Amino acid sequence: MRLFLPIVAGLGFLFLYVPIASLVIFSFNESKLVTVWGGFSTKWYGELFRDPQIIDAFQISLTIAAISATLAVALGTLAALVLVRFGPFWGRPVLSGMTTAPLVMPEVITGLSLLLLFVSMERLVGWPAGRGMLTIIIAHTVFCMAYVAVVVQSRLVDMDDSLEEAAMDLGARRVRVFFDITLPVIAPALISGWLLAFTLSLDDLVVASFVSGPGSSTLPMVIFSKVRLGVSPDVNALASLIILVVALGIGLAALAMRKRR
Amino acid sequence: MAAPDTYPRPWRDQTDPPFIRIKSITKRFGDFAAVDDVSLDIWQGELFCLLGGSGCGKSTLLRMLAGFETPTAGVVEIDGQDMSRVPPFARPTNMMFQSYALFPHMSVEKNIAYGLQRDGLGRAEVAGRVAEMLKLVQLDGLAKRKPHQLSGGQRQRVALARSLVKKPKLLLLDEPLGALDKKLREETQFELMTIQDQLGVTFIVVTHDQEEAMTLSTRIGVMDAGRIVQVGEPRDIYERPGSRFVADFIGSVNLFEGEVEAAAPDFMRIRTAEGGILVPPEAGFGSREKVAVAVRPEKIRLSREAVGADNALTAVVEDYAYMGDCTVYKLKLPSGRVVSVTETNGFGAEPFTWDEEVHLGWPAAAGVLVRG
Amino acid sequence: MTISTHVSGGGSHLPAPAEGLGWGRWAVIAVPFLFLLVFFLIPFLVVGGISLRDPMIARPPYGPLFEDGAFLGDLENYLFLLSDSLYITAYLNSLKIAAISTVLTLMIGYPMAYAIARSPEPRRSILLMLVVLPFWTSFLLRVYAWIGLLKGNGVINNLLLWLGVIDQPLVMLQTDFAVYVGIVYTYLPFMILPLYANLVKLDGSLLEASSDLGAGPVTTFLRVTLPLSLPGIVAGCMLVFIPVIGEFVIPALLGGPDTLMIGRVLWDEFFSNRDWTVASAVAIVMLVAVVVPILGLRRIAERVS
Repeated sequence: MRLFLPIVAGLGFLFLYVPIASLVIFSFNESKLVTVWGGFSTKWYGELFRDPQIIDAFQISLTIAAISATLAVALGTLAALVLVRFGPFWGRPVLSGMTTAPLVMPEVITGLSLLLLFVSMERLVGWPAGRGMLTIIIAHTVFCMAYVAVVVQSRLVDMDDSLEEAAMDLGARRVRVFFDITLPVIAPALISGWLLAFTLSLDDLVVASFVSGPGSSTLPMVIFSKVRLGVSPDVNALASLIILVVALGIGLAALAMRKRR
Repeated sequence: MAAPDTYPRPWRDQTDPPFIRIKSITKRFGDFAAVDDVSLDIWQGELFCLLGGSGCGKSTLLRMLAGFETPTAGVVEIDGQDMSRVPPFARPTNMMFQSYALFPHMSVEKNIAYGLQRDGLGRAEVAGRVAEMLKLVQLDGLAKRKPHQLSGGQRQRVALARSLVKKPKLLLLDEPLGALDKKLREETQFELMTIQDQLGVTFIVVTHDQEEAMTLSTRIGVMDAGRIVQVGEPRDIYERPGSRFVADFIGSVNLFEGEVEAAAPDFMRIRTAEGGILVPPEAGFGSREKVAVAVRPEKIRLSREAVGADNALTAVVEDYAYMGDCTVYKLKLPSGRVVSVTETNGFGAEPFTWDEEVHLGWPAAAGVLVRG
Repeated sequence: MTISTHVSGGGSHLPAPAEGLGWGRWAVIAVPFLFLLVFFLIPFLVVGGISLRDPMIARPPYGPLFEDGAFLGDLENYLFLLSDSLYITAYLNSLKIAAISTVLTLMIGYPMAYAIARSPEPRRSILLMLVVLPFWTSFLLRVYAWIGLLKGNGVINNLLLWLGVIDQPLVMLQTDFAVYVGIVYTYLPFMILPLYANLVKLDGSLLEASSDLGAGPVTTFLRVTLPLSLPGIVAGCMLVFIPVIGEFVIPALLGGPDTLMIGRVLWDEFFSNRDWTVASAVAIVMLVAVVVPILGLRRIAERVS
């Protein structure tokens, strides 16, 4: 009985990490047959960096993720602020619904509906002209801002109301209170919201597939088309690099948090 | 006996105009009246305590003075100026919050400087006044600390300094000592009074702690269910409670219910289950009216022999609690009522014990007549 | 990360006494409101409108809704969905797969969350980080990893053949089994995190009190721990069940041609058949069939927590 928990938890972690380990191990495999060991090699990493399609897609994905995460933080914070701090107003239930609904919306529906909107808008008002990075950025901002809004909302609710009242009591006007007090206090939530939005955007295949256009294939779209044709070792190499970056990032964040304490 | 008292008490003769006038103010949240038609005058330099249980409306009243809540009806005037259309950031008031509301991302000195900077004061003046305040609250060495690096008592003093630095006409304090432990609270009470005396700022303090209110205040306003039920100096409130609620809320009290039996020029007799009880004459009570006589436990004398007091009863010791400086007895009267009596523990006197028969007595002047 | 974000708004808040903030306030409201109105709410109207049109070989591939003032919309696309059992099967199958994989995820996630919550401090943070780490790496790549493990000449088959457990490679890839493995694998962190957040708050003295009153570990778990962790269970299950219903990537990469899920059907309708009008009808039906049960689930979740 005493051993039950450690064993189950151990198996659980094994389950979580064996696939990741296998990705990394076979990225150093000489053989093109991803799952048969053919000797140690780093050639797939070289191949990865020489593949213009992957390099382009990577740049596109990073650009889209950075822009849409930033927009999502701005809009999501406004939405959270309005919902938590503005009291009742006409249209509040609608805004509240529109802010949380993207969280439960299947990606295929979000993708299809935005594509049809963009097509109709183009015919009606001529904007956005064609599909490409702009339309992907808009689409990602929509669903990322919902996540940001949730994170920021919970931080705002936890925040002591009297901090803002104190600032106002000491002579600060409302906008001033927001920039002097509210924003610095919720800053950690903005940072984690940005990171979450950035990751979600970088990771999205389905929505981007619907709303992208020629020349704006994102990294997940390129990976998906490669993977559909079967395993390919340069994808393993790419995965290993991503895992390395994330592990380093989380490690550094943990260190920084320990130091702050 | 008493030394001549020169302490100013402008509310007694009311010749000076009040500094703060609250005129029939009401605050409703939906159907619920948090503050219900409250009027109050407060004079310059007072340390006025709003005392009441949780939900009595005292904090809402305070927040209306600060401008965080808009009154549903009524007017607040500070120094002759109507505050109705003045937003919180433009009011001549400052507030010390129950949670202290110290800005977590700013150092102690930046917290204190914040209000001065909003007034557009020059760098040198801000620094000078911050240093002055830090000295006043004895936090000189801690200017660069962040709030989370301070103890509870230090945070409380930063909050006080921050709210005083703008030299407000009126300082509002919401449970200023509520978060401190008992010993620190007692020390800080006196510090608060000294600071108020030095600066001459008018204080309004909200508290639920009656001892705190007694110690601090020039006058107390007791609140219940959104209304002010009694306003007076601490001694008045304790010695002459105006209602059963106040008598019961402030300190402990024995209440003998009964009805007015006879009224003479120099006393009134109340018929109770314990027999007739004599009290000083009180205007406004009619014959047969349902009343209660409130007697404080420390005003009743105990003895093993019969006593010749205005009111004398016998009882049996049911239980007692030895408290060090005094002993509290629970005495059962023949009527079945249990009475509390506090006896100071002096020299010699042999304490009473369980089941002992005792005589108790108190002068008519020790009783107060309250309605209900 | 919770789905039920019923942050009570509109509580006590600063009034705007004579500040002339009327238009400023509405401007702040308008920015997120209009953005979401245009890019989230209106798109559904567009989809609804297109689902009523006839397909047409054109760019874009659908006919007009009005012509010469006459309304041309009809419910033909919806009738088509009803006439072909593919769509209903796919919907029911999505619900089945989502339900089964939610239960599997709970059964694996609960003991893990419990073990993490009960471990001493430095280890607890490390274990928690190990749960979160895969969540930050690419979802697509984590699904991809299972192709290499599950396929005919993949790691698992090679290992089992080498051990002599089997003498023929097992067919695992492109089966429902692979889909379940993929779903449980990718959604496990979503189950563990809310459960952990709940279990870590469980007061240890409650467990001591229970055993002090004579309950064994199993009784303590069933009578104390489990009921108290119900909000965490509900939150975790919703975080898994809801997105799995509309899942596309996992059935597309790990499932076989007969692994029908509604998200995949919509994708194929759009990208393979290029039938935008039927895809729109599928989307509308899915909206009604997915959003309505989710609203019901949220009601239940609110009641529990």
